[in-house]
Amino acid sequence: MPVISIGNLVKTFGAIRALDGLDLHVEQGEVHGFLGPNGSGKSTTIRILLGLLRRDSGDAQVLGADPWRDAVRLHRRLAYVPGDVSLWPNLTGGEAIDLLGQLRGGLDRRRRDELLDRFDLDPTRRCRTYSKGNRQKVAIVAAFSSPVELYVLDEPTSGLDPLMEAVFQDEVRRVKQAGATVLLSSHVLAEVEALCDRVSIIREGRTVESGTLAELRHLTRTAVTVETARPVTGLDALPGVHDVHEVDGRTHLEVEPAHLDELLGQLIRFGVRALTSTPPTLEQLFLRHYGDDSAAAATGVPAVAASGAAAAAAADAGAQADVPQGGAR
Amino acid sequence: MSALTGTTLLARLVLRRDRIRLAIWILGTPLLGYALAGSVAGIYPDQETRLGYATTSASSLVARAFNGPIHGTDLGAVVVAETYVTLALIVALLSTFAVTRHTRQNEETGRAELLGASVVGRYAPLTAALLVIVAANTLAAVLLAVALVGAGLPLAGSVAAAAAIGGVGVAFTAIAAVTAQLSVTSRGANALAAATVGLSFVLRAAGDVLGQQSADGTRVRSAWPSWISPLGWGNQVRAFDGERWWVLFLPVALLLAGVALAYALAERRDQGAGLIAPRRGPATGAPRLLSPTGLAWRMQRGTLLGWAVGVAVLGLSMGVAADEFNDMIDANPAAAEAINAMGGGADLINAYLAAMLGLFALTLGAYVVQALLRVRGDEADGVLEAALATAVSRTRWLGTQVLAATLGAVALLLLAGVTTGLGYGIVTGDPLGQAVELGGAALLRLPALLVVAGVVTAIFGLLPRFSVMLSWTALLVFLLLGQLGAVLELPQAALNVSPYTHVPAVPAVDPAALPLVVLAAVAAALLAVGVAAFRHRDVPS
Ligand SMILES: Nc1ncnc2c1ncn2[C@@H]1O[C@H](COP(=O)(O)OP(=O)(O)OP(=O)(O)O)[C@@H](O)[C@H]1O
Ligand SMILES: [Mg+2]
Repeated sequence: MPVISIGNLVKTFGAIRALDGLDLHVEQGEVHGFLGPNGSGKSTTIRILLGLLRRDSGDAQVLGADPWRDAVRLHRRLAYVPGDVSLWPNLTGGEAIDLLGQLRGGLDRRRRDELLDRFDLDPTRRCRTYSKGNRQKVAIVAAFSSPVELYVLDEPTSGLDPLMEAVFQDEVRRVKQAGATVLLSSHVLAEVEALCDRVSIIREGRTVESGTLAELRHLTRTAVTVETARPVTGLDALPGVHDVHEVDGRTHLEVEPAHLDELLGQLIRFGVRALTSTPPTLEQLFLRHYGDDSAAAATGVPAVAASGAAAAAAADAGAQADVPQGGAR
Repeated sequence: MSALTGTTLLARLVLRRDRIRLAIWILGTPLLGYALAGSVAGIYPDQETRLGYATTSASSLVARAFNGPIHGTDLGAVVVAETYVTLALIVALLSTFAVTRHTRQNEETGRAELLGASVVGRYAPLTAALLVIVAANTLAAVLLAVALVGAGLPLAGSVAAAAAIGGVGVAFTAIAAVTAQLSVTSRGANALAAATVGLSFVLRAAGDVLGQQSADGTRVRSAWPSWISPLGWGNQVRAFDGERWWVLFLPVALLLAGVALAYALAERRDQGAGLIAPRRGPATGAPRLLSPTGLAWRMQRGTLLGWAVGVAVLGLSMGVAADEFNDMIDANPAAAEAINAMGGGADLINAYLAAMLGLFALTLGAYVVQALLRVRGDEADGVLEAALATAVSRTRWLGTQVLAATLGAVALLLLAGVTTGLGYGIVTGDPLGQAVELGGAALLRLPALLVVAGVVTAIFGLLPRFSVMLSWTALLVFLLLGQLGAVLELPQAALNVSPYTHVPAVPAVDPAALPLVVLAAVAAALLAVGVAAFRHRDVPS
């Protein structure tokens, strides 16, 4: 049974349609990345999952219950870290952690102290006086001190330094090991790559992609640069090959992973001297979905890949310019 | 001067943010003044009625305490006596809150940081706020003068009276400029400034109660405490009775001193900081903190303590002052006659005490509003989101806040009655008896406060975004109905809107159960509506 199951979720704020038929499924025990451009509806979805916002239509189930009707009962079984942590300014960090833990139904004192230590957080300071990162740590410590089934984390690491980011990742792995499920909304792609079993990408309130990272990679093209003995021909006719152009005797192109085989078969006939193939970076993967050109996203023609190619061409031109300079010296 | 760079721009920003508030303030004050002057003219049309009014006002300690000193029998003087204190209090609080809103609140929310990083001088935000607020006070005063002249009052007196009101606004603008430097939170800054308003009221009331009645019986010469109260200065201008224009320099001088002090403080502190360095606190939460109730108590206790001190001081001093009645009646046969004509000495003391308790109930309405609006503050800050994401239900959370505010109101009402009774009892030789009696009488005002709590809760549930504005407006309407409704000769139906109208004025009249039960029922209905609406809406919204 999925831990989170959302189908065709709609939420409007007056004229603004924040969620427009969103789907999301998170299985028991997985760390699920929840990604999307700014304003795409991640926090809105999470607030609906917490029973803070009321959905206009669609289904939402958390741990088998309705998040709006069973909010209180559910909240005993989950912990939440908001993206923009605000705390009671006149309580100390330690008091805020204990309070949140107690309101959730109790926390593990030993873990709390251990986490304070690991996150290097001074619990005697007033929340008002914490830096942004330290405020964030208060919420993280409060959440991970509670042994719950589901952790809902909305950009939990915004403002954490790299050291703390590492500690955070350890904690996520630890709760996962213990069998908990994690929904992680994040803009930090390295974090997503390191932690997430599966990801869902949303845009303008709709899910555009969902699957494991490997699956998503498979949907994005690989960039290939090849140097051949004879000029290559007939590439345009191959299925799944795009953006073929020649610079300086080398052929640059992009190919859909499913058609890599056909491409190689064709290239071999022209005497391959050198070949580099670059799988899509995570950035490219997301930029493809985040890009503003929705027509491009729909047809699978990556708007960003084109600009990426332009950048590569510019880099090549730069390299060329370097050569005569080096030669003159 | 580089410290002032950007002031004009920021002043425009203040105007832009507050254009509606400022318009209501600047136009509302003269409109209110015009309506009040017209009504008073209708109630006291001739010299004879005004002579009676002036004599009674000059001899009655209730009138002196609440209306200030009367200055002669001119129609304008009667208008001032009937309206000055209320208008001055409103203008003082409006100015105070406006200054905090555009200074400390920006620092607290971090907006000032964005501004401070742009080309903006250190004094620019404060100066911009002060410029706009002083200008608003000035403009409102000019229009008020026009309105009073339009209502048929003499020119010089109208200008003096309007300037007196404007002067109060300017004086408290200066005070708020300083309190905004002292406290880290805008709530604290407002509380400090409001406490100064309260203290000014007490000082003025004390000075006027202790003042001398003139030989002809139609004037009061205030004692010195009125002179150290910015609220009292306005009376000392003596509008419509040989105006003393120089008194108007006092608020101007206070403004200059306040601005100089605020600048000096701003120069010495970090942005966002107060004057007291933050201290460390406990590393763990004490068990009694770790529940909605414990948290509510922790959040309220500072506010409650501040209110308790204010209420106790006011109660004791007003209670002690009540006894002066007896002395005065003994010493002044003419006044005694006037008072007896109105229903007798003992009854008048009870009327005074009932009026005191009524005033406490009104003021404590502000406590209830302030305490309950915390929930909205938490919602706007995002803290409510974190709290409701835990295993605490919305009903429990809101219920706890309402309960905390109610308990606070009970405690403060009781304290008000007991201290008033103690003050009066100490001088009459029956402190315990009076404390018990007035404590009980004060508690009879609780249903009205419950209605206020109900109104705020309902607004918070139904129209969360307008909670702050609507809640304070509702209280202001209750205040105006109570203080000025009779003067404006409003129909009873309008007066009935205010819960305070229905509270029996014990000890002046016998207690009656029915109105209290009805008030409590109305309060319960409003609370139920508020909680139900809160349970069914988005958070935050
Ligand atoms: N209370 C609200 N009233 C009106 N519009 C809202 C409200 N809350 C969210 N929105 C709108 O809904 C949309 C989704 O917002 P949401 O906060 O869910 O985005 P997000 O994906 O979390 O973005 P980010 O990555 O910046 O955190 C945005 O267009 C936002 O402006
Ligand atoms: Mg968000």
